[in-house]
Amino acid sequence: MLYVDMQKRLPDGVLHARFSAKDEIVVLFGPSGAGKTTMLNCVAGLTNPDAGLIRLGDTVFFDSDSKKALPPQQRNVGYLFQDYALFPHMTVEQNIRYGLKKGTNLRLAELLASVGIDRLLDKYPHQLSGGQKQRVALVRALATEPDILLLDEPLSALDADTRRQCQDELLRLHEMWRIPFLLVTHDLQEAERLGSVILVVQNGQVLPHGPRRSSESSFHAGTAHESS
Amino acid sequence: MNHPELTPLLLSLKVAALSTSIVFVSGLLIARFLTRRHFWGKHVLESFLLLPLVLPPTVVGFGLLLLFGKNGIIGKWLTEWFGVQVVFSLTGAVIASVVVSFPLMYQSAAAAFSGIDRRYEDAARTMGASEWRVFWTISFPLAWPGLLAGFVLSFARGLGEFGATLMLAGYIPGKTDTIPVAIYFAVEAGQMDKALFWVIMIVSLGMGTTMWLNWWSRRSVRRFANTK
Repeated sequence: MLYVDMQKRLPDGVLHARFSAKDEIVVLFGPSGAGKTTMLNCVAGLTNPDAGLIRLGDTVFFDSDSKKALPPQQRNVGYLFQDYALFPHMTVEQNIRYGLKKGTNLRLAELLASVGIDRLLDKYPHQLSGGQKQRVALVRALATEPDILLLDEPLSALDADTRRQCQDELLRLHEMWRIPFLLVTHDLQEAERLGSVILVVQNGQVLPHGPRRSSESSFHAGTAHESS
Repeated sequence: MNHPELTPLLLSLKVAALSTSIVFVSGLLIARFLTRRHFWGKHVLESFLLLPLVLPPTVVGFGLLLLFGKNGIIGKWLTEWFGVQVVFSLTGAVIASVVVSFPLMYQSAAAAFSGIDRRYEDAARTMGASEWRVFWTISFPLAWPGLLAGFVLSFARGLGEFGATLMLAGYIPGKTDTIPVAIYFAVEAGQMDKALFWVIMIVSLGMGTTMWLNWWSRRSVRRFANTK
């Protein structure tokens, strides 16, 4: 369970975000510049909120009261960057193995085959298509066996067909992994297709947008009361 | 030595090799330290580091004499504690080379490091890589073409250093007569054929280095050149 209650000053205004997420796909939806990526970066530890608390299960990621900020290396977060940030000087295999933990019992071959990139292992990122890059980045993020997966506009660079395929794949992988997925998008259709919960980030606030499966989700946003 | 007439070549190579090693490591570390930090006085510090690039070598030599001369702040200390004399020695030639070639290495390294997309390093951090590992597996290889260019430029600059070297190390045949100094004193003494010999020598060295640099950087960049 991810719990976020944070404040962060942005170029145009202050962002107040308060929400929690179980092992479900939570979509952060809103216009660009609203602070969606900043929220992911705060969860990953690449930047820190100005104040607040971020906690995943019993692990406190950030707590401004006790002045604690866990470095990103210790958060065990999977992060799928916009444009993927695949290491250009490494092959697909080297990219995927980069974050592999020692003594892992992850069935990598199975994971690779399940998204159909097992034949690309010795290619370099610049030799891949957009959809292939997206899949490699996804496998690379999952190969670290994270406790939460952050996805920053993972499908925005893809054409319509590939995007649909990748959406199905994401849903399938989420079924397999059962961890919170925090996904940023500015495409409402995509948000509705993927999200168990949709949070609208706008004007410095995070508000619910009619959760589709409200009975399943333990979801609080904005103020603390239940939304239904 | 079998061919005392060849000492300028050996001395030049020795001075350039030593000073380039020092400059490569220090320039790389300082550039790495400064590129990702912002603090008060950074611009002043950077301008100071680049100063030898725009000052006449005689001014640099004069400054070095003040510091390293027999009564200079550092020179006095070195003589009293270690019995080392910098003036009129090969050490002096190396110091002069270091100071004039440092800005070239620093500039190349700073440009190379700040040209790296920050998200590659961030991605590595979220995958659990320590700062040390991030540097050696991501930052260093991605900055390598720029670092190499800085290395070769520093070497060439060290090989051709004249003004500051003459001020600090003087002209002592067999001890501090590097090729550029030897050329000057050969012309001074009317030995045009000797001067011409060294001119041809240093032109070939310079041509060789730049040609090698071109070839090598094209080769090392090609591997992942098509990344956007």
